[in-house]
Amino acid sequence: MSMTNILIDNVPYAVDGSKNVLAASLSLGLNLPYFCWHPALHSVGACRQCAVLKYKNAEDTKGKIVMACLEPIADHLRISIEAPEARQFRAGNIEALMTNHPHDCPVCDEGGECHLQDMTVMTGHNCRRYEFKKRTHTNQYLGPFVNHEMNRCIQCYRCVRFYKEYAGGKDLDVFASHDDVYFGRHEEGVLESEFSGNLVEVCPTGVFTDKTLKKHFTRKWDLTDAPSICHQCGVGCNIIASERYGSIRRILTRYNGDVNGYFLCDRGRFGYEYVNSPQRILAPAIKGDCALANASPEQAIRQISAIIASGKKMIGIGSPQASLESNFLLQQLVGPAHFYAGIPRAEGKLIRRVITLLKNGKVRTPSLAEVKDFDAVFVIGEDVTNTAPMLALNLRQAAKKGPVELVKAMHIPEWNDAAVKDIVQGTTGLFYIATPHHTALDEIATRTYHAHPDDIARLAYAVAQHINAFSSIAGASSSTADAHSPDAGTTANPDADFEALSKSIAAALLAAKKPLIVSGISLYSEALLDSAASITNALKDQAKDPGLVFIVPEANSIGLVMLSDQFLEDAYEKEEPDEDEKPSQADEDTAILLENDLYERTFKGQTDLFLRRQKNIIVLDSLENATTRQATHLLPAATFAEADGTLINNEGRAQRFYQVHQPDNAVRSSWKWLQELQSAASSEPNVPPSASTHFDSILQSLVREFPELTAITTLAPAAGFREGTQKIPREPHRYSGRTAMHANVNVNEPQPPEDADSALSFTMEGYAGVPPPALTPFYWSPGWNSVQAINKYQIEVGGPLHGGNPGKRLFEPSNIPAAILTPNIPAPFTPTPGEWLVLPLYHIFGSDPLSALSPGIKERIPQPYIALNDSDADKTGILEGHYVEVLLNGQKQRLPVKLHTGLPPGTAGLPKGLAATAGLQFPFSTTINSGNHD
Amino acid sequence: MIENLEYIGMVLAIMLALVLIAAGLIWLERRMLALWQDRYGPNRVGPFGVLQVTADMIKIFFKEDWIPRFADKKVFVVAPAIVMITILLSFAIVPFSPSIGVVDLNIGILFFLAMSSLGAYSVVLAGWASNNKYSLLGAMRGSAQMISYEVFMGLSLMGVVILTGSFNMRDIVLAQRGVWFVIPQFVGFIIFFIAGIAEAHRLPFDIPEAESELVAGYHSEYSGMKFGMFFVGEYLGITLISALITTLFFGGWLGFHFLPPIVWFLIKMFGFILVFILLRASLPRLRYDQLMSLGWKILLPLSLVNILITGAIVLYLNNR
Amino acid sequence: MFSNLRSIWIVFLHMFHKRETVLYPEEKAYLPPRWRGRIVLTRDPEGEERCVGCYLCAAVCPVDCISLQATEDEHGRRYPEFFRINFSRCIFCGLCEDACPTDAIQLIPDFEMGEYHRQNLVYEKEDLLIDGQGKVQGYNFYKVAGIDAGVKAKGQGANEDKPVDIKKLMP
Repeated sequence: MSMTNILIDNVPYAVDGSKNVLAASLSLGLNLPYFCWHPALHSVGACRQCAVLKYKNAEDTKGKIVMACLEPIADHLRISIEAPEARQFRAGNIEALMTNHPHDCPVCDEGGECHLQDMTVMTGHNCRRYEFKKRTHTNQYLGPFVNHEMNRCIQCYRCVRFYKEYAGGKDLDVFASHDDVYFGRHEEGVLESEFSGNLVEVCPTGVFTDKTLKKHFTRKWDLTDAPSICHQCGVGCNIIASERYGSIRRILTRYNGDVNGYFLCDRGRFGYEYVNSPQRILAPAIKGDCALANASPEQAIRQISAIIASGKKMIGIGSPQASLESNFLLQQLVGPAHFYAGIPRAEGKLIRRVITLLKNGKVRTPSLAEVKDFDAVFVIGEDVTNTAPMLALNLRQAAKKGPVELVKAMHIPEWNDAAVKDIVQGTTGLFYIATPHHTALDEIATRTYHAHPDDIARLAYAVAQHINAFSSIAGASSSTADAHSPDAGTTANPDADFEALSKSIAAALLAAKKPLIVSGISLYSEALLDSAASITNALKDQAKDPGLVFIVPEANSIGLVMLSDQFLEDAYEKEEPDEDEKPSQADEDTAILLENDLYERTFKGQTDLFLRRQKNIIVLDSLENATTRQATHLLPAATFAEADGTLINNEGRAQRFYQVHQPDNAVRSSWKWLQELQSAASSEPNVPPSASTHFDSILQSLVREFPELTAITTLAPAAGFREGTQKIPREPHRYSGRTAMHANVNVNEPQPPEDADSALSFTMEGYAGVPPPALTPFYWSPGWNSVQAINKYQIEVGGPLHGGNPGKRLFEPSNIPAAILTPNIPAPFTPTPGEWLVLPLYHIFGSDPLSALSPGIKERIPQPYIALNDSDADKTGILEGHYVEVLLNGQKQRLPVKLHTGLPPGTAGLPKGLAATAGLQFPFSTTINSGNHD
Repeated sequence: MIENLEYIGMVLAIMLALVLIAAGLIWLERRMLALWQDRYGPNRVGPFGVLQVTADMIKIFFKEDWIPRFADKKVFVVAPAIVMITILLSFAIVPFSPSIGVVDLNIGILFFLAMSSLGAYSVVLAGWASNNKYSLLGAMRGSAQMISYEVFMGLSLMGVVILTGSFNMRDIVLAQRGVWFVIPQFVGFIIFFIAGIAEAHRLPFDIPEAESELVAGYHSEYSGMKFGMFFVGEYLGITLISALITTLFFGGWLGFHFLPPIVWFLIKMFGFILVFILLRASLPRLRYDQLMSLGWKILLPLSLVNILITGAIVLYLNNR
Repeated sequence: MFSNLRSIWIVFLHMFHKRETVLYPEEKAYLPPRWRGRIVLTRDPEGEERCVGCYLCAAVCPVDCISLQATEDEHGRRYPEFFRINFSRCIFCGLCEDACPTDAIQLIPDFEMGEYHRQNLVYEKEDLLIDGQGKVQGYNFYKVAGIDAGVKAKGQGANEDKPVDIKKLMP
């Protein structure tokens, strides 16, 4: 970064020379109003709001008005923000923008956190002098997530620039001309993009607002916020979760320059409503003669701890949805030998493989944000948009990287978005996708390859082989390359197309500065993981700087497998009496299930069998499901909104999330329940809870047992941390209604709950400045009420936060690949006639069972279907929409057929995670009966 | 025997009457202040609000008798009793009428001065035992003020003693049959009057309990009946000073024959009580340094000069 | 010294002045219409609730004694689901009335709200809502707002043009 000296209002500053004047001024903490500029969307100069006066030289007194966002930083640049001409220009511009802005603020959801309000106040405009009528627009229905109110629009074009250009959406555009321009869809309907929710934050005013918030609207200043981590997939985006009157009201992006930056996917943003679901378990329950009956927490603790203390055989089943701390405490309670990671073995082994490859490999896995900097991408077997949506968004940016680098070579700064776009003309960089079916990213791909996972692995191995071969041609150390490369004969494929494709991918990856390989476990194929790693290893051998990203399915998949190598099947099988001295007593067993619906994980028959053998089934969970209905003892566990904890994402980044509010019922963190059970079951019943009841001491004992997790103690300041003498308040200083919100119950105000487990407080009292980044519950700065107050929390706009981006990486490559990578090239897939190999199809809305309970998400979940290969369907005469009978897990199900998904012959696809497909273990073979009855 | 019983009866009656007067003063003061401030004052409880005192007393008796955790408990309890006891003992030497009075001491004035000195202990101990900075500050001010003003309070009375030739209160009253001592001893009267206000720490000399600066001064931590004792003690102090002014400068029970002597005494005494209240209604509080400089720089020299001149005149007249 | 005596004399003379006290329960003082007493929620000229649940009164309340939850009817009209004022905390400063953009919340010259139980001082929307417009006559926020909340359609407001036809090509 080159520092350049400039003068702003005759004060000298040294700023980053690659920036524009607006970004530099904001980074310096100066208040300069703007609308169309966005740190991630860059400058187009559409709104004319960031006008400043630019002087020719030190003698110039007149200057001329320029737009700061389009003015590059130059040495000895002299500008004025405060000059009367510039101020007047900006005030006039706002006044013009406001002539048609409706009188809506009291009923507008953006009010109080509106960038337009902030900027209007900043320029000083306060009275509409324009006497003519206001322009109006009709609104559109845009689906269950985003509300449209076009009257409020100020034509900054941010929405379409984000939606179309940044996120690759097709169905939001600008219509009509001059001052009648209209931002919307060509017709009413659901916004198709998986990132439509970001319009809420991108729009500087209230045109696009959060529809889920609208249903239980609360102003920003009334929300109790906490820094949290999204639990809806394995990427671990940072979020701000907000509560009022005991229910979660909305999710906002929490800026983390290393992870999700300014954006969030719709599953993460709108999938929170399951927390407020009527299916929430709010009180402990104990099975009486027939049904579960509610019990007091003390009663439940007494009964369960008696079972634990009786010393009967006891196993614990953890969960990839639960925090490290909860899983760890369960492991401590039942003993490591009796703790099982609550995922099927097939999945667990793959995650273990991912950990091994990340930890012992040659290649560093980039963070989510770093993905944007790669200029060639090869996706191996992942439908990224549906398995890790935010990764897909950043891959789209990576696809632009190559062309943008070319533009930079023409001395056009990257931030000059309009100029960059003119030159790039929509071309994308090197982007290859090999998946079994069409994916949303196919549209930006240079080439796609749709085949069976085994064939995809063969392609990937072939690419690795070619990369090594290129090097031998180039005269590099071919011998070492041969040693690690798979036997040439095994990937030989008669298909010339395959050869050409693998060669061109290898060439592209070699031509790129930074090639990125993306793979994951969604197809349950270890060969895919290994082949991806062998490509990056080969690239590394070519002195490239490759990146390797693996996608894991759940929020804490990595963390769970790091704690235990025993999986569900191990638990099920161990239950068969073997070396146990009391084989006849097998039915005396106790199972403790942690936030895990086993019926989602394994076949119903298998799960039933297991649960039937348990005398006591102690379930800690937050929502009613098939497993909780089988419980003998049920404890209400917290969701992310009521619990503190640590998660490890697909990158191996440990991140802390914090409790948003203290519920007024028996719901508490699983680790709190487990702790109480442990202390109640310990020999001395009257020992008062010691210091070990606090979160930080659990962390201490966790890292004692698992030293490789030591970094998790440094993720965030400990509970004893104080800013000066003060805690960090979860509520903004303007939080209202404290003396009335509980008055309907009792006019005497209750004492606010205290948070002994973190440095955050549940009140509005406390430190008012910029807190440590891991403890930032909300963004606010004087004059900046909107989300754009984030500028004041960053060292420079769009850069890292003050104090560094939160989260700690646990894995760095240690370069011992020979030991772990033995090529294992699968045979090509040949379909068996009359049998279909069923592959999982992922859906951003639906494949995650928790978010699927949110009403908004529910509207977007697809109906169960079966996807077939077009030619297979042709042969049997099945048409799109026909119902066929599928044998699933021994049961026949009638499902409608979906064609044109690109699936290879002999395979079929079923949506994963829907109620109809719960417990299926992909991939599996089945028969499909076209049925004569249609 | 019967005489003794009668005597004890009289003593008890005097004591009861004094306490009742002091309590009544609470009502009287509030009514009079209101009158001078164009208000009504307590007028709801009983006729003209006289039962306000009863209501207040009931309340004060039922209040929690709270002792702060941090207080020195024994001293804390003893302090309010001291003020009551010393002031009530001082009344022993007051001749209410030729036949009413507790004791006819030949060192009457000295006894009064001794008792009023002891009163300072009450303030100091209360402030100290409260273990509270405001209380302590109030106590410090109070003790300094009382000790300072006692000096010339005693000196201001010497003129009367010189004129009478006796410390005995009855002698002093009888000596005024010709002319009340307020005429020859006008300066002495003024000094005693000011010192008396200060001794009773009444406005404008209520510096030890200045509520705008020190919460409530030395009795900040007191509540319930212990506070009530300080409160009643203050009004007893007013009564005592008024009774002494009446006795020493305004001829005590002396008066015309159409009213009994005790009535004359009470009329005069209440007159001065009303003056005390009027002062409270009209004068602002002095600053502490003003109070001290007034005492030491003006009143003390003045009282010494008064003794000199009185003594000189008496010597001159006696030797003529 | 003289001034002290003079002030004593002046205060003494007040004995003969008329008393200023109004003997309240027997005599009532005159309270002007803008007196800041009990808080009410008014209705618009059509008889509908004026409150749109914007939370500004709650935000501005220095003792935080107002709490509400906004909700919407089937036409998208915002109104408070509940609206609670804890009068045992209220200091009758009138800032809520100043902040209210729809003139819904108003303070009236009634202060006689004594209760033996504090709990009775918690007023819900049913207790606050009156059947009139209060001090401000004829104002209906939804007639001048830009949104269509079932009161007027888009473009039907007095200061609004007809909705833009985005398909027209005229400049």
